[in-house]
Amino acid sequence: MKKIVKNSILAAAMVFSLVFSSCDLDETQTVATLTNLVKADEFDVSGAPDASLWTYDLGDGTAEGIPGWGNNELQVYTNDAQNVEVQNGLLVITARENPGGGYTSARLKTQGLFDQRYGRFEARIKVPQGKGLWPAFWLLGNDCDSNPWPGCGEIDIMEYLGDDPTRIFGTVHGPGYSGGESVSKEYQLEADRFDTSFHVFGIEWGPNYINYYVDDVLYNSITPALIDEETEGQGTWVFNDRPFYIILNIAVGGNLPGNPDANTTFPQRMLVDYVRVYN
Amino acid sequence: MKTVKYIQSKIAFPLALVLLTLVGCERDLSDEVVFATFPTTAEIFTDAPVGLTDEFFISFDPAVGANTEGFGTDENEFFEGTSSIRIDVPSPSDPDGNFIGGIFRDRGEGRDLSGYDALTFWAKGSLTGTILVGFGTDFITDTYPVSTQIQLTAGWRKYTIPIPNAARLTQERGMFLFSAGSFDALGNDNPLDGDSFNDNIGYTFWMDEMRFEKLGTTDMTSSSILGGQDQVVNNFVGYTQTIADNTATFNLANGQNITVNAAPAYFDFTSSDMSVATVTPTGDVSVGGVGSTEITATLAGEVSGGSLTINATGAFVNAPDPTLPASDVIAIYSDSYTNIAGYNPAIFADSNVGPISLQSFSGNEHINYSSINAFLGMGWDGTVDASGATMMHIDIQLVGSTSLLKIEIEDFGANGADEPPFTPGSDDNSGGFDVTSQLVDGQWVSFDIPLNSFTLPTGGGGSGSPATNALGYITLVSNPANPAGILVDNIYFY
Repeated sequence: MKKIVKNSILAAAMVFSLVFSSCDLDETQTVATLTNLVKADEFDVSGAPDASLWTYDLGDGTAEGIPGWGNNELQVYTNDAQNVEVQNGLLVITARENPGGGYTSARLKTQGLFDQRYGRFEARIKVPQGKGLWPAFWLLGNDCDSNPWPGCGEIDIMEYLGDDPTRIFGTVHGPGYSGGESVSKEYQLEADRFDTSFHVFGIEWGPNYINYYVDDVLYNSITPALIDEETEGQGTWVFNDRPFYIILNIAVGGNLPGNPDANTTFPQRMLVDYVRVYN
Repeated sequence: MKTVKYIQSKIAFPLALVLLTLVGCERDLSDEVVFATFPTTAEIFTDAPVGLTDEFFISFDPAVGANTEGFGTDENEFFEGTSSIRIDVPSPSDPDGNFIGGIFRDRGEGRDLSGYDALTFWAKGSLTGTILVGFGTDFITDTYPVSTQIQLTAGWRKYTIPIPNAARLTQERGMFLFSAGSFDALGNDNPLDGDSFNDNIGYTFWMDEMRFEKLGTTDMTSSSILGGQDQVVNNFVGYTQTIADNTATFNLANGQNITVNAAPAYFDFTSSDMSVATVTPTGDVSVGGVGSTEITATLAGEVSGGSLTINATGAFVNAPDPTLPASDVIAIYSDSYTNIAGYNPAIFADSNVGPISLQSFSGNEHINYSSINAFLGMGWDGTVDASGATMMHIDIQLVGSTSLLKIEIEDFGANGADEPPFTPGSDDNSGGFDVTSQLVDGQWVSFDIPLNSFTLPTGGGGSGSPATNALGYITLVSNPANPAGILVDNIYFY
């Protein structure tokens, strides 16, 4: 009996391999090809995040001229340990509800400390839970001060809404395709959720392409042709021209996620195991 | 890192002991030994029941109003395939019963559901009624009930009922439970007023594709025992209590929360001082020693909200045992005699009465009336002819204080029927005896009241001094402004 079973498994495996080898090249694309590590934070040193790599956006956006950070978000960003701290090998970003109302959270960025054009940007993250929570791992062009958004470009590697625990989305913003008109694709987990376990979120970015992946699944490839198609020729590809820097944050409330509701509990945490950049 | 190594070496040590023990053991487990496992069949109903008992639907007891006529399958309505389960929820006036409900039971010895994380099914209703659904009730041991309420919609919708701690369900026969009552179209149902349900209407709902699933997307966010309350109980050695009102809340893949009622057996209980109280795996607390202990729980490894602190102050002193021979008494309620047939410690009461429970210490039971608000009556089958007796005995222990406790007896008159004295044509009469001044907080007081002393008029319209040859009720009367909490034992006429 055992031999027969083995043979049938082998036969089935052969059938499968035949099927796979007949697929288009696109279907069998390797998720990530760049393996030369150029920057990483493994978050192994407890305390404040490494100041040589990370700085902060602080406040509610008023100082930047965009109160609510342009989206009517409710949080005030701080760099206090209660909102951002490295512990137990993890970067912990904590969104808290103030006793008197309002929220605090944190937004870390590598602006002025690390940026890169092209490459593979990857992080392993467990996201928070509940309506109104809006964590993200994203990149901004390094010349947004002189070349206002969306001209400088934005690459959202992972955005997540706390009341939709099986989905994330990856998005690009640029001239002609920003905000609600951005070019985006969602990825849904089967039989798992993003807020109960860690998942790997990454892009592999080169001249005229940005490939998006979650864990070992490549789920989108954004190219100038796609931008043309989505914007009827109005959009401009801005991702060959400048280095981008990294941002990690939790927003609370606002236009996109809606505000927290009675079922949302605080504090809520985004845990980041590592951030790695390859070229 | 040193800590980790230390822990590992601690684990290794007992393992080595176990290995040595096994090696040194003369009798090994036989190769024949196979640990029993049970089928993991997931399906409950697809187009037909799957692996259920021949009767398919096992109703709640028709004696309590369950309607057994409204259950069937429907070949014209289904979510998928060729048929669905159809439930016709009766109207309040349906002569076959005013609600429908029951269980589906596995036809074998049970299923191993430990690999699943939810019960799922599709349902729709002709009205947006709210029904109770669940699993784990088998009408045999009922160890693992889980239930929650869902609201039906006009179109087919998938419902997910998470399993709180699936590892416990290695042999479960209770596949599904539901209970549905009439639809409150006017929104005027009042549980304290049975007549308010009369304008409800019956409706129909359908269920299909019912199975256990491993979704991987249910996330238990919290759980609690005792309604999440931190209860404190000051009581005695011998006190028992079951940890009830236990729930678990899950976040589902759609981002919505669902809370289920979960049997104690899903939880793990801990008593901080086992010498004071122990807890069984099914949540039965038993106080065995003097002192304080805190009972807490975890569910699937997560700490549950709520706790029970017990301060036990020594052995409970029972009421003195009656000494009269049984042949000399007409017993109503006592461990020393056989209770009268159909004895009910609270056959009627005003709506603000406090919880009533039977407590037992050292095998001697008494009744705990935690708060007699205005009135409360105890009754029994038929009437008692106490015309040959001259006295009534009752032991009462006051808990706290009260401004009034009156004992009334009511005679049902020549026709032996309950007609309150205030109703026209009634041949009943009742009378009261005030014991307030003789009560002592925390101590049993034995009352031996001459039957001709129940002379006070009663709130029910009695004029006092009733006959005693057809006694139907003993009524306890207090003052809602300062209601009596009392323990009662050994009620008899002699």
